[in-house]
Amino acid sequence: MELICPAGTPAAFRQAVDAGADAVYCGFRDETNARNFPGLNFSREELREAIAYGRRNDYQTFVALNTFMRAGDEEIWYRAASDAVNLGADALILADFGLMAHVRERYPEQRLHVSVQASASNPEAINFLVEAFEAKRVVLPRTLTIADIARIKRKVSCEIEIFVFGGLCVMAEGRCSLSSYATGKSPNMNGVCSPASHVRYRKEGTLMLSELGEFTINKFGPGEAAGYPTLCKGRFDIGDASGYAFEDPISLDVMGEIEALKAAGVSALKIEGRQRGKAYVAEVVSTLREALSTEPAARGPLLARLKAMSEGQRTTAGAYEKRWR
Amino acid sequence: MTDLTMGPIYYLWDGPKWRDFYLRIADEAPVDRVVLGETVCSKRQHFIEPHLVEVVERLERAGKTVVFSSLALVTLERESRIIRDLIDNSDHQIEVNDLSAIGLIKGRRHLIGPLVNVYNSATARLLAQRGAERICLPPELPFTSVSQIAADGTPVTLEVFGFGRIPLAISARCAHARSKGKTKDNCQFVCGEEPDGLSLKTLERQSFLVLNGVQTMSHTCQALLLELEEIRNAGIRSLRLSPQDCDMVGVAKIFREALDGLIDPQSALHQLGAIYPMVPFSNGFHHAKEGAAWIARAKSAASAR
Repeated sequence: MELICPAGTPAAFRQAVDAGADAVYCGFRDETNARNFPGLNFSREELREAIAYGRRNDYQTFVALNTFMRAGDEEIWYRAASDAVNLGADALILADFGLMAHVRERYPEQRLHVSVQASASNPEAINFLVEAFEAKRVVLPRTLTIADIARIKRKVSCEIEIFVFGGLCVMAEGRCSLSSYATGKSPNMNGVCSPASHVRYRKEGTLMLSELGEFTINKFGPGEAAGYPTLCKGRFDIGDASGYAFEDPISLDVMGEIEALKAAGVSALKIEGRQRGKAYVAEVVSTLREALSTEPAARGPLLARLKAMSEGQRTTAGAYEKRWR
Repeated sequence: MTDLTMGPIYYLWDGPKWRDFYLRIADEAPVDRVVLGETVCSKRQHFIEPHLVEVVERLERAGKTVVFSSLALVTLERESRIIRDLIDNSDHQIEVNDLSAIGLIKGRRHLIGPLVNVYNSATARLLAQRGAERICLPPELPFTSVSQIAADGTPVTLEVFGFGRIPLAISARCAHARSKGKTKDNCQFVCGEEPDGLSLKTLERQSFLVLNGVQTMSHTCQALLLELEEIRNAGIRSLRLSPQDCDMVGVAKIFREALDGLIDPQSALHQLGAIYPMVPFSNGFHHAKEGAAWIARAKSAASAR
């Protein structure tokens, strides 16, 4: 199985390659990709250098253009696609049907991957994407169990890539407007979720409140670490009870299931985290690379090391395990 | 002429309540089209089945176009089969809410629901080529995009989400069941206890969202009444009313009268508030603001561009 690694900066890109990535995915410094954060991503020139660095070292570069084109401004996405193709991207990772159709028509030779943001969660959906756009690979949404993935793989003709480590979307990706409901900015339209521009921390007596737009997302007592107010990982009241209504501040880790994923026919394992620093990327990638080339019985210490790098040092297998539902 | 579509009921209502709702819609609501069927959770399907034939027949007798809604999230083999059966066996038009149905329905006339990501006319055009005749655009879409898609002359009838709590997200996990100590697989249909959604508040007790099974919806109710004129002028030919647990016949009458110029938008809004009093209105998405916001004085979005 290939290891697909994130790079939010050229430095992280080199770290990922040197640490053993088979492919690195990245995006341009604008709204054309779903990690449109300040100080992150690549200029055209940086991408050119990154692709060349990958080529020299025999690694692939995937370019994520996985937001949805704003009506009237499609040219921004078309230009990004054109530049990525001309710079030699090994694959474009797309979510918008309109953009997929455009890429297919203009660049018939370009390899096309379907982003998790397209929300292709079943064989019929994937076959549609293969038939309509000749998609070669689909990144599955984090709504499926490993058994579901195995069943899907048997019925489709393209490769399957899944997220195995890093941030965890609780909602079906690409189908969530919670962020824009609170802030006006969404993953689909702006490439951001619960953006820092709308985050505020406020002290109230001994409590620390985290707010997103007009809404309180969490409250922390003295000694409690005040986490980032990602909307779906907030604490809320339902009836008389308070708690994490959707999911705890926790991250995804299914590296304990490498053998089951291999048996399910998964082609590529993806690490989330283009917003992470280069040290994190280097550490996670090298640990996962080592885990993949280690006998299952001997992986324990490596997987424990990974856990220490997770959000709040707590992880879940999420939807990959049926009980999560 | 702008027509009205009654969208599918997203909530779990028990069989008799569901039946009575539609019989009254058939007899009294000035809507042109009614989209029927479970859209949110495949486990709920059996609640409405005993009443389906009667409801369809009554709606059609009243001159309404009946459309069947497909599931929004398809992950299980059983759910794939439901979509396949719906498309193979239905003699009614189908409203598509996920990619599997888009794939399977190719070449047949159909509708696209608001849960499919149509953000631009390139996508609308592609769907039209595959047989889509009508697209209800995603609620998140600002009016600048709506009017641009309309102006691009895509050969489909465009609809916008005019009234209702906004469907914001869907998950493999059931937060509704989870809040009552259950899981999705062992839920005992506890979402049926809240026919208008289970209120989720911030820790400051501010109403924020409602849970509806695996779906998360807005606490506020989107109401595009002050915006009707610009919507119509942009060439949008249809408005969607999404059923809430309130007098939807009354809601439909207000929208019809406002569209026909029989009442002015402000009075229409006032009347709407009396019908659905506990829930604040929002129109922020339309104005490219927070979806929860209420923009009282609608500045022309087209000129702000």
